[in-house]
Amino acid sequence: MSSFEDARIVDEIIKKNEKSSLIVILQEVQSRYNYLPEQVLTLLSERLGVPLIKVFSLATFYRSFSLKPRGKNVIKVCLGTACHVKSGSNLLEKAKRDLNLSEEEVTTRDLGFTVEKVRCLGCCSLAPVVRINEDTYGSMTQGRLSKVLKNYL
Amino acid sequence: MSSLKDLERLKAEGMNSLFPSKTKIMVGMATCGLAAGAQEVWQNLHQEVKKRKIDVLVKKTGCIGLCQHEPLVDILKPGYPRITYDRMTPEKVGEVLDDLVKGKFKKAIMARIDQEEFLLDDTRTRYSKGKIPAYITSILPYKRLPFYKKQKRVALRNCGFLDPESIAEYVAKGGYFSLVQVLRGGKPEKVISQIKRSKLRGRGGAGFLAGVKWEVCRNADGDGKYLICNADEGDPGAYMDRSILEGDPHSIIEGMLIGGFAIGADQGYIYVREEYPLAIERLQIALTQAQEEDLLGKNILDSGFDFEIEICRGAGAFVCGEETALIQSIEGNWGEPKPRPPFPAVSGLWGKPTVINNVETWANIPVIIAKGAHWFNGLGTSRSKGTKVFSLVGKVNNIGLVEVPMGISLREIVYEIGGGIPNGRKFKAIQTGGPSGGCIPKNLIDLPVDFDELKKAGSIMGSGGMIVMDDRTCMVDVAKYFLSFLEDESCGKCVPCRVGIRRMREMLEDITSGRGREEDIDYLQQMAEAVKEGSLCGLGKTAPNPVLTTLHYFRDEYEAHIRGKRCPAGVCKPLIIYSIDPENCTGCGVCLRVCPQGAISGRKKKPHKIIPSKCIKCGACFEVCTFGAIVIT
Repeated sequence: MSSFEDARIVDEIIKKNEKSSLIVILQEVQSRYNYLPEQVLTLLSERLGVPLIKVFSLATFYRSFSLKPRGKNVIKVCLGTACHVKSGSNLLEKAKRDLNLSEEEVTTRDLGFTVEKVRCLGCCSLAPVVRINEDTYGSMTQGRLSKVLKNYL
Repeated sequence: MSSLKDLERLKAEGMNSLFPSKTKIMVGMATCGLAAGAQEVWQNLHQEVKKRKIDVLVKKTGCIGLCQHEPLVDILKPGYPRITYDRMTPEKVGEVLDDLVKGKFKKAIMARIDQEEFLLDDTRTRYSKGKIPAYITSILPYKRLPFYKKQKRVALRNCGFLDPESIAEYVAKGGYFSLVQVLRGGKPEKVISQIKRSKLRGRGGAGFLAGVKWEVCRNADGDGKYLICNADEGDPGAYMDRSILEGDPHSIIEGMLIGGFAIGADQGYIYVREEYPLAIERLQIALTQAQEEDLLGKNILDSGFDFEIEICRGAGAFVCGEETALIQSIEGNWGEPKPRPPFPAVSGLWGKPTVINNVETWANIPVIIAKGAHWFNGLGTSRSKGTKVFSLVGKVNNIGLVEVPMGISLREIVYEIGGGIPNGRKFKAIQTGGPSGGCIPKNLIDLPVDFDELKKAGSIMGSGGMIVMDDRTCMVDVAKYFLSFLEDESCGKCVPCRVGIRRMREMLEDITSGRGREEDIDYLQQMAEAVKEGSLCGLGKTAPNPVLTTLHYFRDEYEAHIRGKRCPAGVCKPLIIYSIDPENCTGCGVCLRVCPQGAISGRKKKPHKIIPSKCIKCGACFEVCTFGAIVIT
């Protein structure tokens, strides 16, 4: 995206959220770009007259913000307590194995998938649970996860 | 709307919608239902109804609590009891409709409901009239199912009984009449005194008396006051707030309106965690409806009282469930807790007096107003009044949301309501209070559950998560799990919390990897005390609880890891070995096919073997073996 285009988007978001907090503005930026690009944060800081360190402190404090591009599909493997005692972490490892991600990597090179752990989706009754984009899957098994993932390829 | 008459009109409309003259089919569409496949059922139901050209209503409803049996589909045919089908699939929908067309019900009924309770009006409406076929009357009614027998639904009164996207149905269930009563009375002090007399304690964790908090806030100096609903339900394993937000959002709005009038606030905020997108959507719909009916805005019901509510979406920080951190987050800062005092009731949002209560607390308010403090006092124990919603999850047969009077024993919850432990395994512990709580062992199973008793046992009530653990749950691993959770979520402000939790987690990492040393237990204990003493907010102060309770009640498991280098529950990967029991193995080959490492060998119909050097202990074989031949030692 050109810097001109970035500026247009940032101005539009700021105008739309005049009365909202910086967190709301960052949420909007992330929903537009899928992550928080550095040049956009710099632009935000200039346009709002807020020190860049404040913008970055929010972007790094809150888990839902990402400074790196995320995949087209976001897989959230729940590791709440109920999912943990029902071996949810095996599902996290399985998803990473299926997508050829190393332990440290979270996003595939082609930006197709991002795999993250999440601390409780509130579906404890159907543990273990995996959410892919907007779809929540309960009583997940390693075998079913592989099948479900294929629908998002 | 501006008068009681208008509300009565909406109530009549809601009654027609609750009990229509034609058959109504309801699908449980909370997140738990959706995760089990309710969306597909919903879509198919609409298509099949259209195909058959039958004249029925298809409606959404919230979660009735039996989440394990989702997707649930209920049929309300005029003159008959309400019928529930469980574990519905898109395929089964057609069969149900075919039978309905023939004038009967498909026989696989899970349970029936004979009458609908109107808690706020203290009335009941019978669904069925006349003679009911024997195949229906032979099915157990909900109230006689072990899961429901001991329940008393107050905060969850409407979940699963109304369409959360219909304000009229909420009004029909007695909703917003408490608000009218309060506004007509015109005396905020009277409302506060009633909440004080009810002895309602906050359902979010600390259990502070709600009425006292309100009074402090009302009496605090300052012109603008605020009110907040804490819907940042962060405790892993607890989801009652999500269920209320998704199943009965107007109860929160009404509770907050009453609170706003009582303390003299004209602005409220609902801080919802972003992991609950459906809750945010349903709340937004409810807020818009309340605005359209003039139940929010200026001069509500012609009383001169103004009130607005705004939703704040969280951004994924557990610490923001702590009230001072939550306030920081609404203000647009990072969620770092502040020292108290001053308490938010004196100086909170934007420095103004602020009352914060959680979702379940707000849901109780309209009931206390309608039925009185005395009624509420009649439920519960001497110092913990009313009911509490628990999410009964983990290794238990009946999984779901249960609401019971305070003081019920853990045994009743686990064995009667929960139906015991599945697969013939042994009960080991129950974890309450999330990462701030602890693990209560088997020998305390008769403990009455209330704020004080749980605290005495070393745990806390917290927001009501109850995770049942069996003999295949490793208590050292559970302690490590909570510490790694809190290590991720510590805001980093205080050193004891930031560094101390990390050091404890590292020690547990060593212990669960077979590198534990004899002195580690003492070090853990000391470190736990230091973190408890030295941290500023609730997160750090309670972080050592899971370690302290497991050390206290399950020291032998720690010792087995340290001295014997083994994990008795078979959980800690570096200490376990997967093997195949040749006695039970039929050589079916299923495990061989799922093993991602090619670590299983064997000929068809002959017992298979696991090659230990290749095995990554992923558990894929254990998951698929139906003969119990995969052994973890």
